[in-house]
Amino acid sequence: MLINCPFCGLRDLGEFSVNGEAVARPVAHDDFDDADLRASFVDAVYFRDNPAGLHREYWFHAAGCQSWLLVERDTRTHDISKVELARSQEHDKEMTS
Amino acid sequence: MTFSAFELVKNALTGQAGWQPHWRKARPKPAYDVVIIGGGGHGLATAYYLAKNFSITNVAVIEKGWIGSGNAGRNTTIIRSNYMLPGNIPFYELGMKLWESMEQDLNFNTMVSQRGVLNLYHSDAQRDSFARRGNAMRIHGVDAELLEREAVRAMVPYLDFDNARFPIRGGLLQRRGGTARHDAVVWGYARAADRRGVDIIENCEVTGLRIEHGKILGVETTQGFVGAGKVGLSVAGSSSRVAAMAGMRLPIEAHVLQAFVSESLKPVIDCVVTFGAGHFYISQSDKGSLVFGGDLDPYPSYAQRGSLATFCDVMENAVAMLPMLSRLRILRNWGGLIDMSMDGSPIIDRTPTDGLFFNGGWCYGGFKATPAAGFCLAHFIASGDPHPAAASYRLDRFARGCVIDEKGAGPSPNLH
Repeated sequence: MLINCPFCGLRDLGEFSVNGEAVARPVAHDDFDDADLRASFVDAVYFRDNPAGLHREYWFHAAGCQSWLLVERDTRTHDISKVELARSQEHDKEMTS
Repeated sequence: MTFSAFELVKNALTGQAGWQPHWRKARPKPAYDVVIIGGGGHGLATAYYLAKNFSITNVAVIEKGWIGSGNAGRNTTIIRSNYMLPGNIPFYELGMKLWESMEQDLNFNTMVSQRGVLNLYHSDAQRDSFARRGNAMRIHGVDAELLEREAVRAMVPYLDFDNARFPIRGGLLQRRGGTARHDAVVWGYARAADRRGVDIIENCEVTGLRIEHGKILGVETTQGFVGAGKVGLSVAGSSSRVAAMAGMRLPIEAHVLQAFVSESLKPVIDCVVTFGAGHFYISQSDKGSLVFGGDLDPYPSYAQRGSLATFCDVMENAVAMLPMLSRLRILRNWGGLIDMSMDGSPIIDRTPTDGLFFNGGWCYGGFKATPAAGFCLAHFIASGDPHPAAASYRLDRFARGCVIDEKGAGPSPNLH
């Protein structure tokens, strides 16, 4: 498998490590006894859609530019349809919220 | 027909003409008391123990392909109970005891061979951790022996003891561990369940779950609707897909685990050996092939085929532990889909849907768990309460912070 890193170009799987489904991080606030907040963290840390099909997941270019990447990949065929910087996603989210 | 020495001799003398099919080719009835989705070892064992232990015989096992065509036929057939954590040891030891009595219980030769499982250690720290594991096992009444280097050498002299990077210092041995014949386990449970009246319905895919007012009413299949008082999911590898039919998300990622078979050799490895400096396990089948495996492919996958990178990694492990393997030819390899759970331990529990029960998240350990998983899921379905040996395998353990993380890897499924 090859992953097209935005900085480094096409690189072999061996340079990357995978960090699983791209889960939206819940927004924390001070009241940690809040049941909804706790449930949302349990959900984000432990529960996954785990689809057979298109999967958005984080990869780390460990033996390359050390960027975190957001990869869209089909879990049935391993075809990668999109690679972008995870950082730009976080940034976009902050700008729009 | 019951297998016996008399039957074997009689059929030997009459041209083997007296054997019958081991289970009926059942068509689905309109409704059952219990429907089990998934005709692997776990599902068939569940049906068998429902019938045997609880006299619930109006049961169907519904399988998308043919029975045993999934992970039951895609594993390395190792059985053991060398676990360390309190939630795990009683369960796997219950399993070990069921393996020991299985052939008499099922009247079927499942070729259970207690040839010993030897885990190698390579450093002082690893020796300490194995001593701790062995002690935990012995406190729970499980057999374990900590072997020093020379005792390991007497057992398996052909290992690379003086490997410069990872010299072998000794091993933790469970003599009661070993291997079994995976297909025979499926056939044995299928035959025994069928003899107690269970319908085994092959080539019938479940396409939906019918749920009304939070209660399960039955399953939609490619052969029509089948009503059910209770439904058990036993579809590890596809757990998330089937659970999604009930609106559930699971603490599970699907991954591919590869296994490998070599050309046949004369008897050379008479136990199961695992490498402690990497991840590698090997045994020899009765046909003579070496059967082995290692790490899973790191990324989530439903492809049932592995990557070359993982293939190479397993071979490097193999040759580091057993240099003689470098001249061996690999005949075939295959990938099975496994449920990697968030703490590396399984789930046997009821679900938020009334009457729907779940069994999955078996990670690397599904085959050895076959009898105990069926036993405990049947207990849960029949009584409504968890079996004491599987009482820790609840879905809410993640929210309660009571994870059973044998490897200490945290919520990263691909690291367990």
